Formats: sequence, structure tokens, C-alpha cells
Amino acid sequence: MTKPLLELKDVVLKVNRHTPEEITILNHLNLTVNEGDFITLLGSNGAGKSTLFNAIGGDLTIDSGQILLKGKDISHESVEKRTRFLARVFQDPKLGTAPRMNVAENLLLAERRGQRRRLAPRHLNKQLERYEKITATMHNGLDQRLTTATGNLSGGQRQALSFLMATLKRPEILLLDEHTAALDPQTSQDLMHLTNQRVQEEALTCLMITHHLEDALTYGNRLIVLHHGQVTFDVSGEEKAALTTEKLYSFFADIE
Amino acid sequence: MSLIVSSIGQGLLWAVLGVGLFLTFRILDFADMTVEGTFPLGAATAVMAISHGMNPLLATLLAFAVGALAGLITGLLYTKGHIPILLAGILVMTACYSVNLRIMGRANVSLLGKNTLFKNHFLASLPQYFDSVVLGTIVMVIITTIVIYFLQTELGQGFIATGDNQTMARSLGINTDNMKIMGLMVSNGLIAFGGALVAQNNGFADVNMGIGIIVIALASIIIGEVAFGDLTLNQRLVAVTLGSILYRFVLLIVLKLGFQANDLNLISAIILAVCMMLPVFKNVLNFKHLLKRGLDTND
Repeated sequence: MTKPLLELKDVVLKVNRHTPEEITILNHLNLTVNEGDFITLLGSNGAGKSTLFNAIGGDLTIDSGQILLKGKDISHESVEKRTRFLARVFQDPKLGTAPRMNVAENLLLAERRGQRRRLAPRHLNKQLERYEKITATMHNGLDQRLTTATGNLSGGQRQALSFLMATLKRPEILLLDEHTAALDPQTSQDLMHLTNQRVQEEALTCLMITHHLEDALTYGNRLIVLHHGQVTFDVSGEEKAALTTEKLYSFFADIE
Repeated sequence: MSLIVSSIGQGLLWAVLGVGLFLTFRILDFADMTVEGTFPLGAATAVMAISHGMNPLLATLLAFAVGALAGLITGLLYTKGHIPILLAGILVMTACYSVNLRIMGRANVSLLGKNTLFKNHFLASLPQYFDSVVLGTIVMVIITTIVIYFLQTELGQGFIATGDNQTMARSLGINTDNMKIMGLMVSNGLIAFGGALVAQNNGFADVNMGIGIIVIALASIIIGEVAFGDLTLNQRLVAVTLGSILYRFVLLIVLKLGFQANDLNLISAIILAVCMMLPVFKNVLNFKHLLKRGLDTND
């Protein structure tokens, strides 16, 4: 059952429009993401990976082309509106959580992602027990620190929390922008495992930017390489399983 | 004794400004200069409304609404017009000066012989200065309770998140522009409300009464924080009122030392500067302490 969930059709995105420094970041990019896809996204710096995420998320408006969600054009929807179906985890642990609010408060905020926030009491205490269970699945002591301001957590705990927050209310699409890159190797690996586990369990549709070739090969059912704002390599299933780091390196050497 | 009571009363009345500014300065995390214009705006609105025969309570609430309107303009300039908040605030503050003169028709309007909130039968029956203590307490209990309740709502949490981490707030679907506009409206509404109270207490509105308001409001926030240390958000809001009273005591002492009322803005600025630098001083002191400890062989 592979239905197209998200389609990017002939998407062009330029920065510094109408100036001599105008650069085309996404260059007639076409991509179809199917429901249940776990895509790892590779590409050199400046290939347009983060820009692609910002275009999907609505932070940047596309110059031409279309972005479709389940066939519906969302190219001009606001960032806020798109959060109804979209969740993101950023590379910088500081970006994903509110530092002066505690862990439970952050989770509560995330649980209402994309929904109207009413002038009604937040009922935090009712949720504490449930949050304790959820955070315990991260196995990093987060469940003991529900009332700690997130600014006082370690980078690994913060990033694990960001990831939890992104998946707490099931997103139709999850965008992970090198979400383990700022962590030490062990913590990074732990979070990668947890990410994979949760994506599988919840059958999430997920795009993950990474510079880690092993991770790109190990995780997901599909691998995409972005180059000069276009998809230049797109393998899935057995073809992807047969891929090795050597083959990827030689591929990268060819396109440069 | 009466001086102390008077200071407490003044502290309570002026605490409205501290709570108002808290919303922008501490929660949204920027300094909103609009308040220097909305304070006299609230005073002018209330005084003129009362002189035209409006019920003082209604006039005070009208001041809130007019202040919120000024906050709305700052908010729109800032979020939709992409004018830096400091400049947006200064623009509206400057504009308010002319508006205030228009409202009052001249630089100073007295409430002599007019009805005010303080001429209520019950308040008027109290000993001197106790009227502002009682009214200030009632006002602060109501306002602080409402603000604390609001911050614990879903909307209030979105408001806090906006000031804490805008990128995250947006990625969770919080409309951060609307949150900032709302914050500026409520904040300036409260400041104007405070202006209306102070004008009725003083018995007049003056077009220049806004000068240094941001410093006074900040002083109550900072003094409250310095005096009471680590607090939860709710406690911090209460500490603003206590900070405002403490600030009045400091001014009382300064006046007793022989300074004149004209020196107060200078003194206020110095007090605020010193309080804001306390963490730096503390670090320096701790550093010395550590150096000494490093030399101590018993460590």
C-alpha cells in the first residue's frame, strides 16, 4: 500500500531574489514521498537539504512548482497551518525546546501541535504520570526530570525530548534535520536507535537529513541524494539494502 | 508612619506597571518603550473621561482599552511591519505625546472637585493614605490572579513559549506574531490602567508624567527578583508588587537623605543599573572567593 503522501512538483526556490546574488537553491525538484516511507537524505553542503525542509515546512516560500499533501496544494499555507500534519526536529538542541519551561510543560505544548490553544486551564498535573511513562522510553533519565527547566538538561536529553515532542502527537510527516549531529557518538547512536524504533512502531512517514553514510544506509527504506537542488539518486527497498558506503562514496565522487 | 503607609500605597498603585511590563520584558523578552507613552495616555484618557462625567471605574477601564490600542499599533509595526521592537515602541511613544496633548487640550489637566475612584464612600472614610493601600491591594490581587490564571492556560503557555523559543513555538503551530501583539496589548493596557490610577490618586494628568516610566516599572521587577531570589513564575509575579513597594521605600530613604524630587529619575536609573549589574558583581566576588579557596591548603 504505497500512496503518495507528499509530492513536490517542479519546485523552484531562489534566495536573494531580484539581486545580483540570486541563487537557485531548489532547481525544478521533483519528489514523491509515499506513506510509510523512511527516507534518509544525503547531499553535500549547499545541496539544498535544509532548504527543502524549510520549503516543506513553510519557512521559505517556493518561487514556482507545487507542494501537495495527499493531493491538496499546500504551497501557500503558513508555517502554523502546516504544523497540523508536520513535525520537525532541528539539529541544534537549543531550537527544539523552550529553555525556561520544564520538561512536562514542553511536552504539553507539543501535544497541542497545530491545534487551537484555548483560554482554558492546561491541566498539566493530570498528564504527569503519562509523561513519566513516555519519557522513560528514552532511557536517559528524562523521566526523573519532568519538572526541570529544559535549559538545565544535557544536549542529549534535550534532543531526545525534542524528538519525543515531535512524535507525541502523531505527525503525518516527520522531518529530522541532522537531529543527532550535535551529540557525542554514543548519545547520537542511542537517539538514532530510538528514532528508528519509534518510526517503525508508529509507522511514521519520515525524512531524515544526515551526513553519516552508515546511518543513511542502516536506517530507512529509501535513500535520496540531493545535488544542486535536484534529486540525483533515489533508491529504495532491496536496491537500497544492497548499497554500501563504498558505492556511495564513488557515487559522490562522480557527481562532484 | 504616614510616610511608610504612603509608600506602601504608592508601591501598590505603581505595581500595575511592573506586572504589565513583566509580560513583555520578562516573558516575551524585549523592552517595550511604548509604555512611556501609554502611561500618560491612560492618565489623560481617564482624567478627560471623568471630567466629562464618566464613572471613574469605567474611565479607568477605558484607559486600559486605549492603552491596549496603542500596544496593538506597536505590535503591528513590529510583527507585520518588521520594525525592530525598540524603534516601534519609540515611534508609538512619540506619537502618544501628541495624542495625549490632543486628548487633554493642554499639558496638564486637574481633577480638582471631580469624582475619582478614591472618592468612593468607603475609601474616603479611611485614614489618610490608606485609600491607596486598600485600592492598590484590591487591584493587584485581581490583576495578579488574572495574569497567573492566564499564564497557566493553553493560550498562556503558547504565549510563554513564544518568548522562550520562537522557532520551537512556530514549529508547534503557535502563531508567534499574534502572541506578541496580544502581549503588547495587555501589557500596554495595564500600563495605561496604572496611569489612570496614578492620575486619580495625584488628582491630575500631565503630558510629561510618562518620562522614566519604563525605569520605574523595570525597577519593581528587578528589585523583586533581586530581593527574593529563585522563584517560580507565579511567585515572581507576586514579587513584582513587593519589589514595587520596596522601590518606594528606597525612594523614601533617598528623599530623607536630602535629595530632591527632581533627582528621582537619576536615582531610579542608578538603582536599576546597580540591581541589573548585581549578577556581574556576584560573579566577580565568587571568583575572588574561588581564588582564595584555591590557595587554601585545607581544601
